[in-house]
Amino acid sequence: MAINFRTLPDQELLYGARTCQGCGAVMAGRMALKVLGEKTFVATPACCFAATTSVFPQSALFVNNAVTAFAASAATGSGMSVAAKKLGFGDDVQIMVISGDGGTVDIGLQALSGAAERNDNIIYLCYDNEAYMNTGVQRSGSTAYNAWTTTTPVGPASKGEKTKFKKSLFEIMAAHRVPYVATTSVSHPRDFMEKMEKAKAMKGCKVIHVFAPCPTGWGHEVDLTVEMGKQAVETGLWYLAEYENDTFKLNYRPKELKDIAPYLKVQKRFAHLNDADIAEMQEIRDQEWERLKKVFRLED
Amino acid sequence: MVEKVADFLAEGEADYEYMMVESEHSAMAAALGVSMMGARAFTATSSQGLMYMAEMLNYTSGGRHPVVMVNANRALAIPWNIYGDHSDAMAMRDCGWIMLFAESGQEALDMVIQAYKIAEDKDVMLPVMVNVDGFTLTHTYDVVDIPEQELVDAYLPSFDTANKMCLEHPKTLCHSVGPDYYTEAKIAQQEAFEVAKAKIVACDEEFEAMFGRGYGGLIEEYCCDDAEYALVAMGGTVGTVRDVVDELRAAGEKVGLIKIRGFRPFPEEYFQSVKSKFKAMGVIDRSLCFGVGGTVFGEVKSALYGSEMGLKGFVLGLGGRDISVDMIKEMFAELKECPAGEYSDQPIFVGRRW
Repeated sequence: MAINFRTLPDQELLYGARTCQGCGAVMAGRMALKVLGEKTFVATPACCFAATTSVFPQSALFVNNAVTAFAASAATGSGMSVAAKKLGFGDDVQIMVISGDGGTVDIGLQALSGAAERNDNIIYLCYDNEAYMNTGVQRSGSTAYNAWTTTTPVGPASKGEKTKFKKSLFEIMAAHRVPYVATTSVSHPRDFMEKMEKAKAMKGCKVIHVFAPCPTGWGHEVDLTVEMGKQAVETGLWYLAEYENDTFKLNYRPKELKDIAPYLKVQKRFAHLNDADIAEMQEIRDQEWERLKKVFRLED
Repeated sequence: MVEKVADFLAEGEADYEYMMVESEHSAMAAALGVSMMGARAFTATSSQGLMYMAEMLNYTSGGRHPVVMVNANRALAIPWNIYGDHSDAMAMRDCGWIMLFAESGQEALDMVIQAYKIAEDKDVMLPVMVNVDGFTLTHTYDVVDIPEQELVDAYLPSFDTANKMCLEHPKTLCHSVGPDYYTEAKIAQQEAFEVAKAKIVACDEEFEAMFGRGYGGLIEEYCCDDAEYALVAMGGTVGTVRDVVDELRAAGEKVGLIKIRGFRPFPEEYFQSVKSKFKAMGVIDRSLCFGVGGTVFGEVKSALYGSEMGLKGFVLGLGGRDISVDMIKEMFAELKECPAGEYSDQPIFVGRRW
């Protein structure tokens, strides 16, 4: 489904949020609502998105919105969706859950699994900034290998996050056989918004995992958010993909995966890494990419 | 309970939406979502399940969403025990839900209907937990009258509220607030509980007028007019105490029963009004507030501030242990020995094995 930027509405449904400068999460929310429109009902758990949009007596959202508990966002969205159907709100309303990576792949995963199993009619948008940023940069199951966080500090006996792979929400949700799962990035607005558009037109549980760099937690300049997203895709540390009709599809394949060092070196969370560490990470990236090629049935 | 809800649907006797969620936490989160859209929500749980949904109980009550839930009162682990007592509900006594306790199957059924009317009152807007003793009420047969739909609809008209999402006027629900608003939000809840006291009574009276069954609102006194010794009980135990009172009355003893039906809000005014009515009062607790004693006893003692009556706090029936007629007689006998002004500062365990 093609997005025409010239015909996108000028109307903003999310503005005035108290985010940090360069926040990827709020970019995700803004673009998502551009596509979904004003007949959207949002549920969001305690997270950066809620804390920066929904502090009484202000609200940065111009659609219906509810803040719910950390582990409860998918289930709350499910309830809203079931009630919207029963009360006859109409086929053109959308229920969007927007939740961070910790609230999705860790504490919120069980509720999301339930919503996926029931195939409740929601769009679940996970903005991934690779740690619990709202509470002070604690690591999550989506934190990058070797990244400094406040709970994976760097010292003589530690190089940061120890787990070598981000939990693969994309494959976890595909295993639930929901109608649509996608990965995307705020640095790729066309890709992102087209995927939102596609999800909007479908019934059932749609899950979109959007990469959302965080200058505060990652320690890069505030004007590099989009650049970080682009580099993550070009280096193969993130990818743009879809799952539907039992088929995995990689939407963009870099001609050759770029060296990861420039991406890492502008982020303070990786400042402690030496050349050998970076070489090891690149090796892991290569192995992961070989695995992904099998998932997406790509030729060498 | 939920099995029966599914049966009604399977038999084509109902047209509600039925959600099967993976956990109690999600059950209450979904109920919150349903209620925020302006629809009625119902769920049921028990024991560990109530603990697991604890976080969402406060979301629902703080957000002022009138969800109704039945809780089958059962013990909490550890030791793991599936049988009845009040530990689960008492652990959640401060979660901001109205908490009612039923004595029989019929009262439980009627209480659910009343619960929606109480919860949805525009001056109340609080969720209601209908407590039903695990096993003694939930797993025994009791012939009940299921009222006609038309009568229930007349008692409980369709529900509308401004506290819901709306396409014409979008809003944020369950807002985050800072220290500048939190206190007032909590005061509003406290005030709603005060309003609820009269509403619980009024809803019960209206129910009685329409259905022919009334339960006394927050409190029922049984044989208390000339009683010298009274036992306070909640839930299914009330039925046994009632029988013992009948038996002792037949033998000429001036004993009575005080049934607490509304535990939250707590009928403080009632206890203040009877603080010099009896020679001694005993409270039956089926849970422990560790480090203090019987949970209900603590509340009754507090409400009786300034009383010169003898007061005894009994703890029994934990983890499904039977509460026998003899035990109730034993408690009445102890009350007769209790001098005015004396109160038990330690829980008196009735029926302990060692």
